[in-house]
Amino acid sequence: MKTIYLDNNATTMVAPEVLEEMLPYFRDLYGNPSSIHTFGGQVAKKIAEAREKAASLLGAEPDEIVFTSCGTESDNAAILSALSVNPGKNHIVTSRVEHPAVKVLCERLAAKGYRVTELPVDSDGMIDMDAYRRFLTPDTAVVSIMWANNETGVIFPVEEMASIAKERGIMFHTDAVQAAGKIPINMKNNEIDMLSISGHKLHAQKGIGILYIRKGTSFSPFLIGGHQEKGRRGGTENVPGIIGLGKACELAYLNLERENNYVKSLRDRLENALLKKIPRCKVNGHRQNRLPNTTNMSFESVEGESILLLLDQYGICASSGSACTSGSIQPSHVLRAMGVPYTMIHGSVRFSLSIYNTEEEIDFVIDVMPKIIERLRQMSPYWRHEQEACSSV
Amino acid sequence: MTRGPYNETVMDHFMNPRNMGEIENPDAVAEVGNNVCGDTMKIYLKIEDNRIVDVKFKTFGCGAAIASSSMTTELVKGKTIEEALKITNQQVSEALGGLPPAKQHCSVLAEDALRAAIEEYRKRNKQKGS
Repeated sequence: MKTIYLDNNATTMVAPEVLEEMLPYFRDLYGNPSSIHTFGGQVAKKIAEAREKAASLLGAEPDEIVFTSCGTESDNAAILSALSVNPGKNHIVTSRVEHPAVKVLCERLAAKGYRVTELPVDSDGMIDMDAYRRFLTPDTAVVSIMWANNETGVIFPVEEMASIAKERGIMFHTDAVQAAGKIPINMKNNEIDMLSISGHKLHAQKGIGILYIRKGTSFSPFLIGGHQEKGRRGGTENVPGIIGLGKACELAYLNLERENNYVKSLRDRLENALLKKIPRCKVNGHRQNRLPNTTNMSFESVEGESILLLLDQYGICASSGSACTSGSIQPSHVLRAMGVPYTMIHGSVRFSLSIYNTEEEIDFVIDVMPKIIERLRQMSPYWRHEQEACSSV
Repeated sequence: MTRGPYNETVMDHFMNPRNMGEIENPDAVAEVGNNVCGDTMKIYLKIEDNRIVDVKFKTFGCGAAIASSSMTTELVKGKTIEEALKITNQQVSEALGGLPPAKQHCSVLAEDALRAAIEEYRKRNKQKGS
C-alpha cells in the first residue's frame, strides 16, 4: 500500500538531495573537523559551508549559527542560558501552547523556584498582546514563545514581541521548529536573541538542530566540553547531520515560495472539501494567521485515535490531539488552552503537508475521510444526540 | 502484518465490531463515561428469564475502547445475569489477546457499562415486583 504522508509537523522525509550530500561523510570522509590534517580539514570546510547555508535561510551571520542535537536541546540551551546570564532575575514568560521542550522545562524551573507566567491564548489560538505587555516585569529574565504552533499552525507575532521585550532589556527566545522553511524568517529584521530549529522538520535527518544566537548575546553553554561551535556547544560535531541540514536549509530557502503557494493550495483544498462534505466539523486555530501546510480539524462525536486507525488502513498518516493518542491521559494542552470543548479535542485530527504531497493524494483523503467519520458516528452514542439537538434548534 | 499499536484480534473487533447498534425497547440501558480519558459507552440489554438474550452497544472512544465494547458484548450474550456480572475487564483484555499497557483502562469502560445496565435492570425489576 502506498503511504500518504500528511504528518510533516511530526517529522519529514529526508530530501533525496540531503541524503546524497550526507552519504560520503558516513564512510569515506570520516575525519574529525577539529584535526590539523587535510583529511579532517576538508570536513571542517564542508561544515563551514553548511553553516553559511543555514545562516542564509535565516538572514543570519554564519557565526550566529550553533549546531545542536535537536530542537529540544536548542530550546533547553537557550532558556537555561538566559537564566544563567541574568542571575538576579527570577521570572520567565512563555505561553500555554508551547512544545513540551519549552513547557516541561519551564514547569521544572517553576518547581525549582522560578516564577513562570504562561500567556493565555484566545479561541483562535492567538496571544493577547496587552496581557503580554502587562506580564513583563523588571524581574523577567527571558521570554520564550514559539514562532508557530505545531498542532494548529497558528503563527505568533514573535518579532513584535521580541521588540517589546528588548525595550525592557529582557532576552527573547523563540522555538521556530515549525516555522523554519515554512514561512520567511529574516533575523536582520527583528530583535530576537535566540531561535531554535530542528533538522528533521525540514527534510534533514533526526538528531540535528540549530540554536541561533544573535551576535553580542551573552551565552552560557548547555553542553560543556571542547571548543566546538566556538565554545558554545561542546562535543564532536555530528558531521553528516550538519552537512545534511545545511543542504536542507538551502532547499528550504529555494522551496519557500512553493511551500506558500503549492502546499497552501493543497491544504486549503483538503480543508475546504472536508468542511463542505462532512457535517459538524470545524477548523481549530486562526485560519489566516497560520502556517501554509497545517490544518487542525475537529469532527463532532468521534474520537481521534479511531479516525487515525481507519486512515491508517488506507495508508494515510496524520495525528490527533485526542487523549488516547497523546501517550498521556490528557488531551491536547494546545486545544484546551484555546477552550475547544472536550469532545471536540477528542475528535481532532491534524493534517500537515509538505512539498512532496500531490493533488491525487489530497483527493484520495477527501474521498475517504467522510466515510470514516460517518462510520465512526454510526458507532458513537453522542451522534444521535447531536442530530436531535441540531433538529430541535 | 499488524498495523498500528494493536494486535490482530483488537483490530478485528475495531474494524468489525460485534453487536454494534441499539435495541428498541431494551430491558436495560446504561451510558457510562470513562473518568480517566473521557471515552463513553452506551450498552443496551434484552433480558429474558434472567438471561441476556441480546446486547448492543455504541461507543465514543479509541480503538481499544471500541474493541473492548465489542468483545464484552460477545462474552455476555447468552449468559445469565449472575454469570455476566462475573466478567471482569481483565477477562475482556485477555479475550482480546492483550491491550497495550496505556490502554488497559479502556477495558474498564465496558465492564462499568455492563454493571451499570444490570444494576438498572435490577432496580427496575424490584420496583415492578414491589
